Amino acid sequence: MIAELGLAALWLAAALAALQLVSGSLGLTRRGTAMSGVVRPLAVVQGLLALLAFGCLIYVFAVTDLSVKLVAANSHSMKPLVFKIAGAWGNHEGSMLLWVTVMGMAGAVVALVEKRLPEPTMLATLAGQAFVSLGFYAFLLLSSNPFERLSPVPPEGNGLNPLLQDLGLAFHPPTLYLGYVGLSVAFSFAIGALITREVGPAFARAMRPWVLGAWIFLTIGITAGSYWAYYELGWGGWWFWDPVENASLMPWLAATALLHSASVLASRNALRAWTIMLGVVAFSMSMIGTFLVRSGILTSVHAFAVDPERGTFILGLLAIYIGGALTLFALRAATVTEGKRFALVSREGALVFNNVMLSAILGIVLFGTLYPLLAEAMGAKVSVGPPYFNPMSALFAVPMLVVLAVGPLLRWRRDKFARVGKALVIPAMLVAVAGIAVVMIGGVSLLPFLGLVLAVGLAWASFLPLRDRNLRRTPLPVWGMVIAHFGIAVALFGMSCESAFTVEKLVAVRTGDITEVGPWGVKLDAIEPVAGPNWTALEARLLVRYGPDGKVTRMLPQSRSFWAPPQQTSESALLTRWNGQLYAVLGGEGEDGRWQLRLWWKPFVPLIWIGGLLIALGGVFALIGRVKSDVRRLVAKGRIADRHEGEAQLGMRP
Amino acid sequence: MAIKAKHQRLVLLVIALVVLIGAGLLAAWALRNQASYFYVPSEIVADPPAPDRAVRLGGMVEQGSIKTQPDGVTISFVVQDGEARVPVTFKGIAPSLFVEGSGVVAEGKMRTDGTFIADNLLAKHDENYVPREMQNMTDAQAKQVVAETQ
Repeated sequence: MIAELGLAALWLAAALAALQLVSGSLGLTRRGTAMSGVVRPLAVVQGLLALLAFGCLIYVFAVTDLSVKLVAANSHSMKPLVFKIAGAWGNHEGSMLLWVTVMGMAGAVVALVEKRLPEPTMLATLAGQAFVSLGFYAFLLLSSNPFERLSPVPPEGNGLNPLLQDLGLAFHPPTLYLGYVGLSVAFSFAIGALITREVGPAFARAMRPWVLGAWIFLTIGITAGSYWAYYELGWGGWWFWDPVENASLMPWLAATALLHSASVLASRNALRAWTIMLGVVAFSMSMIGTFLVRSGILTSVHAFAVDPERGTFILGLLAIYIGGALTLFALRAATVTEGKRFALVSREGALVFNNVMLSAILGIVLFGTLYPLLAEAMGAKVSVGPPYFNPMSALFAVPMLVVLAVGPLLRWRRDKFARVGKALVIPAMLVAVAGIAVVMIGGVSLLPFLGLVLAVGLAWASFLPLRDRNLRRTPLPVWGMVIAHFGIAVALFGMSCESAFTVEKLVAVRTGDITEVGPWGVKLDAIEPVAGPNWTALEARLLVRYGPDGKVTRMLPQSRSFWAPPQQTSESALLTRWNGQLYAVLGGEGEDGRWQLRLWWKPFVPLIWIGGLLIALGGVFALIGRVKSDVRRLVAKGRIADRHEGEAQLGMRP
Repeated sequence: MAIKAKHQRLVLLVIALVVLIGAGLLAAWALRNQASYFYVPSEIVADPPAPDRAVRLGGMVEQGSIKTQPDGVTISFVVQDGEARVPVTFKGIAPSLFVEGSGVVAEGKMRTDGTFIADNLLAKHDENYVPREMQNMTDAQAKQVVAETQ
């Protein structure tokens, strides 16, 4: 019953999206203005219906209603409740439903809140949002119905991939989806502004909070995903340039560029066409990401749906939306008038540089991710990995990071390097000192070397924009920028240390044996069986000690066997100190009774994720600052309008 | 300032295009050199890749071929596709699904003496996750492999 309710809500939401598209488009014509009043309410109701459908899906998963095909295929009655619920979006159909739900809700919020833009632009924006939603509703209802029933009802479900039975799964995909779909709002705004030719600061200000919000979620999602892959896969790495990782990185790169160019447009009225273009590209990258993940055309740890029909469907959607948006852009770009001019050495100049470098990195990642597909079309099977991605992206990232240290110090319009040179003496000296120190340590290859010295200089330089300011009066968005840029330095330092100083040890030991990795002594104390709700495991009790007289601590890596579906995973154990992490993985038992142990000592590795969170925190500061000043402006405008009205009434009655 | 707004836009456009096209060309060049090609045993024996080149080798693990070296962490085994056999050594913790008679993809380099040194092993996970190369291979060559191993 609940499943049918969900399906009905979904069909109704799709119908409303169609109506929203039609009435929004008609509202733009002279005759159709009567229709324009219904567009906002339609968007709100459509969002609520999608939410209802998603709620129904959560419900059937929570009670393990095995007559629903999706539940039977992906759930199991013996699973802990939190994983039952998370399982609702841990599969293809459920995650697509989550996607349209978030998109519907975002459209509803835009319809309720956004009052700054001229009404025709809003109509065009909401029509655009409905157009995109409609495609995804069609995809869900026609090729991936999550509420399909199953007859006869099986006695038990298939269970969920054990790799995915982790709290990371519960929050990772929804976070990324919030980011992906937030960019759909930016996309719709860009389309709306193009259609009505209203590309200006007001458009950038309306779009900016959405881009910021999406960007925050993407940042958190990527950071969490990286940490999840780090401890869950047990391979010791934190980024594998896997297509699915790239699929989340590409929208992030585009959103980062968009964020910066939107701020140029908002405060300086320059980079108009470029900002529109980035708005289109950012959401296109989200859709390409979804396409790569959902179609299963690329080998990946995450690709769980291999279904050519679905792939073709999403490919069709991609062609319609990206092709349509680019065509619209080509038709209208010439009518977008030029923005304000600026000199090469200026804040705008630095931001343009950042944008071009980010776009180049985006191109590198996109090309490398799609290359296996191109090659396969020509009959060769290839895979592309770190030997390509690392140096190629560093080639553009390094100049970008150098400019990142200088750019925020420059003035808008026109500036001279001489003016900011003095402030950069200390960071430059730090870079030199760090360089010498790393060379003395020795054995560090080029990329980590560059990363280390740049990180040290950037960490200092990121605080320089605060130097002449009264810290109490510094606006929140400036704090946000400083924190986010500092976060980049922190993450960069963690990445470089991980790659330069990691020590690895792979041994086979008997219980009682002691081995060493970096500064750590590790003793295998015992191997014991343990049991969980739906798994059993062999657990190694390791006694570890940092240095010769450190405190002895226990670590418990496991090798787990799940029974639904039957599969083995290894649970790594982590021990964090202020200066790094010890990482332990238990392997198999040899015929001679020795156990395989894989140990890593990774100095400063947690800084990678701490840096990522700082970047997101900077985004949160900026977002709060922007929303606060928007609300203040709205309130002031309301008061002025009230006063005008009052004066007019007074004037009418003498 | 002497530059007109229109000219400035043109200059920016040209710079952006030059950088992006440059990045594209560079990427194409790097991909030709860095992409790791997939081989099955008969191909790698007939036409071995350069010893410093990272490649992937996919096939079936031959029955009775997995041997653990005295250090307890290095294993050696033979990957075959019914036509050719390639000895592989791997130092590390093998995935739990890595067993004799099942499919494997080894990432690593081919030495000139005909041994493949693997840095990483990908074993068949479950129905939902099969390395794509292996999917095709099992279709095309499973019969032969089954006929030999039984």
